[in-house]
Amino acid sequence: MSSTDAGQLDTAMKRPPRLLKNLAAKFAAVPMVLIALVIFVGCTIWTIYHSFTRSRLLPAPEKWVGLENYERLWSESRWLISIENLAIYGFFSLILSLSIGFILAALLDRKIRFENTIRTIILYPFALSFVVTGLAWQWILNPQLGLQNVVRNWGWETFTFDPLNNAEIVIYGILIAGIWQGSGFVMVLLLAGMRGIDEDIWKASRVEGIPAWKTYIFIVMPMMRPVFVTAIVIIASGIIKVYDLVVAQTSGGPGIASEVPAKYVIEKMFFSQNLGLGFAASTMMLLSVLIVLIPWAYLEFGGKKNG
Amino acid sequence: MGDTSTEMMTGPRGPKKRRVMSSNNIIIYGTLALVCLYYLLPLYVMIVTSLKGMPEIRLGNIFSPPVEVTFEPWVKAWSEACTGINCEGLSRGFSNSVKILIPSVFVSIAVASVSGYALVNWRFKGSETFFTILIFGAFIPYQVMIYPIVIILRETGGFIGDVTGTDFRLMGSIWGLVIVHTIFGMPILTLLFRNYFTSVPDELFKAARVDGAGFWGIYFKIMLPMSLPIFVVAMILQVTGIWNDFLFGVIYTKPETYPMTVQLNNIVNSVQGVKEYNVNMAATLLTGLVPLTIYFVSGRLFVRGIAAGAVKG
Amino acid sequence: MTDQKFSVSVKNLDLRFGSLRVLKDLNLDIHEGEFLVLLGSSGCGKSTLLNCIAGLLDITDGQIFIKGKNVTWAEPSERGIGMVFQSYALYPQMTVEGNMSFGLKNARLPKAEIKERVDRAAEVLQIEPLMKRKPAALSGGQRQRVAIGRALVRDVDVFLFDEPLSNLDAKLRADLRVELKQLHQRIKNTMIYVTHDQVEAMTLADRIAIMKDGLIQQLATPEEIYNRPSNLYVADFIGSPAMNLFKGEIANNTFSLDGLSLSLDGYDFAAPFTGTAWLGIRPEHVAIGENAAAADVQMDVTAEVVDPLGSDTLVLAHVAGERFWLRISGQADTKQGDQIRIGFSARDVSLFDAATEARL
Repeated sequence: MSSTDAGQLDTAMKRPPRLLKNLAAKFAAVPMVLIALVIFVGCTIWTIYHSFTRSRLLPAPEKWVGLENYERLWSESRWLISIENLAIYGFFSLILSLSIGFILAALLDRKIRFENTIRTIILYPFALSFVVTGLAWQWILNPQLGLQNVVRNWGWETFTFDPLNNAEIVIYGILIAGIWQGSGFVMVLLLAGMRGIDEDIWKASRVEGIPAWKTYIFIVMPMMRPVFVTAIVIIASGIIKVYDLVVAQTSGGPGIASEVPAKYVIEKMFFSQNLGLGFAASTMMLLSVLIVLIPWAYLEFGGKKNG
Repeated sequence: MGDTSTEMMTGPRGPKKRRVMSSNNIIIYGTLALVCLYYLLPLYVMIVTSLKGMPEIRLGNIFSPPVEVTFEPWVKAWSEACTGINCEGLSRGFSNSVKILIPSVFVSIAVASVSGYALVNWRFKGSETFFTILIFGAFIPYQVMIYPIVIILRETGGFIGDVTGTDFRLMGSIWGLVIVHTIFGMPILTLLFRNYFTSVPDELFKAARVDGAGFWGIYFKIMLPMSLPIFVVAMILQVTGIWNDFLFGVIYTKPETYPMTVQLNNIVNSVQGVKEYNVNMAATLLTGLVPLTIYFVSGRLFVRGIAAGAVKG
Repeated sequence: MTDQKFSVSVKNLDLRFGSLRVLKDLNLDIHEGEFLVLLGSSGCGKSTLLNCIAGLLDITDGQIFIKGKNVTWAEPSERGIGMVFQSYALYPQMTVEGNMSFGLKNARLPKAEIKERVDRAAEVLQIEPLMKRKPAALSGGQRQRVAIGRALVRDVDVFLFDEPLSNLDAKLRADLRVELKQLHQRIKNTMIYVTHDQVEAMTLADRIAIMKDGLIQQLATPEEIYNRPSNLYVADFIGSPAMNLFKGEIANNTFSLDGLSLSLDGYDFAAPFTGTAWLGIRPEHVAIGENAAAADVQMDVTAEVVDPLGSDTLVLAHVAGERFWLRISGQADTKQGDQIRIGFSARDVSLFDAATEARL
């Protein structure tokens, strides 16, 4: 090619516009962008906005009512019970699944035999849906034919364990099922974190004669801080979503004793046509997620910028 | 110092003796055995209950094995159990679930893997921002977005129906649910693929570009064949997740297209008629069978999937 | 318009990542058939420059010409280049044959021609027995040979190498280095080669470009760079152990420092100079024992550390209060504490302005 040819080529070659560069890549990213903007941002804002309007059924004339929906929400006993249940369930679920998960992970970490089999057994409930979990435990906790009946037949006539019939303790009945379903997952997470810890730590603690349980609590646990944080965030965001477990196991009963916020929202939106309350309640759910999420995001990402 | 020689003769020598039944081991294995019992118990109870007749259930205890094994509850659960609306059993729910599952898994994985690939290798202005929104979106309670999505599905579905002159609808149809599963599968799957593609050496991508492959060429010929394990992991994640879904099934479908979980709940918690616990347990087991099979077959990959999904980007 | 005689021309190249300026108004002309090595420590921008030439990075400003054609906005595959990477970057799911033909298939070449080219490259690199294997079944050296083959089949004018030998062990690296040199002598294509390894640079290059902070410090033949480094950075960077450096004063054509005084009559000054300057002398340019007698300055030093390397021995001593390495014969019987007679001459030293660090 002579240099004159090259010169013509140069002038003929226009710089491709920035927008059209890697067009295929941008085209392929359209679903992601739509989902991020329209659904996660758009729909969230839409719901928050409408929680401040009076809308029994859409489309209907929207009327700005300020905090009226929130005032009604917080004066409804059903919502208050939902919140209380969520608090109890959340607190115990977090504590129990973390401690059970950690203990089980530590036991499995001891280079034991049948590790795979045991892990398979502990984790299998996690593969089951909440509906299946709820129904299975509904049957086991059945007051007439379930666990209570069996123990009484064994001779302990006064034995009483009927959480599904007792409004006071029904949430603990759900808790048992929830822990059964999810603790294996926490164990797997923590076990993966434990295995990620430098083997030399164990050699050092052996040389210094520190007992294994002390090593786990005072050395391994602090080193696993990031894994714990991840686990807590996952468990917490799962707790707020609890819905199908309650629907299947108790349908919110007895009465409204085992209602939870997620269920409350769905009922208000789709069954009692009280959208304003539903939006307000779901906004409250979002708020509680943010309370968990913002400190975490600050710790995770805010720290990196400074470091 | 003179003692050393005698000690050398008599002192410990050869491999250290290990006690198999040390107290430590008894505690560890004992605890683990009890734990396994607790986790296995519900499964055991479900199985034995589903194999008993109702008279035996009313008399006996839930832990005792069936005196007389019957498969009738299973047959009934599959084809005759009533939901309060109809008495077709779980079979319709099963076929609905399959019809929902296949396109949902396919579409969600296709969209998320391409997005993850674009995020890693073809960054554009703002791509990281969209990804961050996506990740934070994973934590937004579904309840916040559920109603506006109903409106979006109703309007766009209706619009498409009008334009094409068909009775096409998204709300209440399987395709609406496919879209919903794709949307809510996006955060976790995109994270999964993004993390995986990040681990593919950048030089491989550069080499392919020098070799003249474009966006889709590199995706299909280089990335896809290299990433089969992560596609399997994503499939396990999605099949289990979509099969087990209850909430979206209730909201976005109608009774004729209810997935199996919803159908199951309606059968068991139906207020009509006498409670047939054996049929209920058979139905529950039937619904749990698909994810359980996947879990036991895939084993390590399942564990890898949930661990990978949990690890932050 | 660029001159046709250059194979690759980089003109006023600028690259910024946000506020960070990685390449700064960089100019580089590479002759037809030349083996050019980009040498520098990590972060100097040498790999970045190579990626810009390949079109794998979008530049901020400037132009790139390959074979007289402006390729500044062209896709990598349109530039007429072949590239070899440090991690080989072989497609793991394809056979060796598949790896080598992938680019040709993308270019929609006829099947017969693809086969012919792949076979020819395989013969040149002697990898014919490996053609049906997957990369995982190859050793490191074989993989790199396949990677070179993949560049070779493209039948291009310019080959780009991004630290291709860094992942290999020392012996294999030396073998492949020789093979690369022979390959270049045979096919005579332009080659641009990025490395941080001085030995590779010195042995392979027709010319070396030493880079630092996104700028080319010196572009010259290996001999020139070794003997007449253009600034203090290049002097210090090339050679192992590094050049011994002294900061002193030049006055009346004499370098003086703490009792050391060297007449600079034998030194080839670019321009007369008076003031503070650095004096550098390479450990291997120091005369030892009887040879020292003929040198411009002579002194006795005490061997403080003796490092025998086999072929030669390194000795650490102090001269004018500064650490001073010298290289003596590997057979010399020197022990720690021995007195050694050394000397060096003005024609062997390098002088740099202490203020600008440029060669005097």
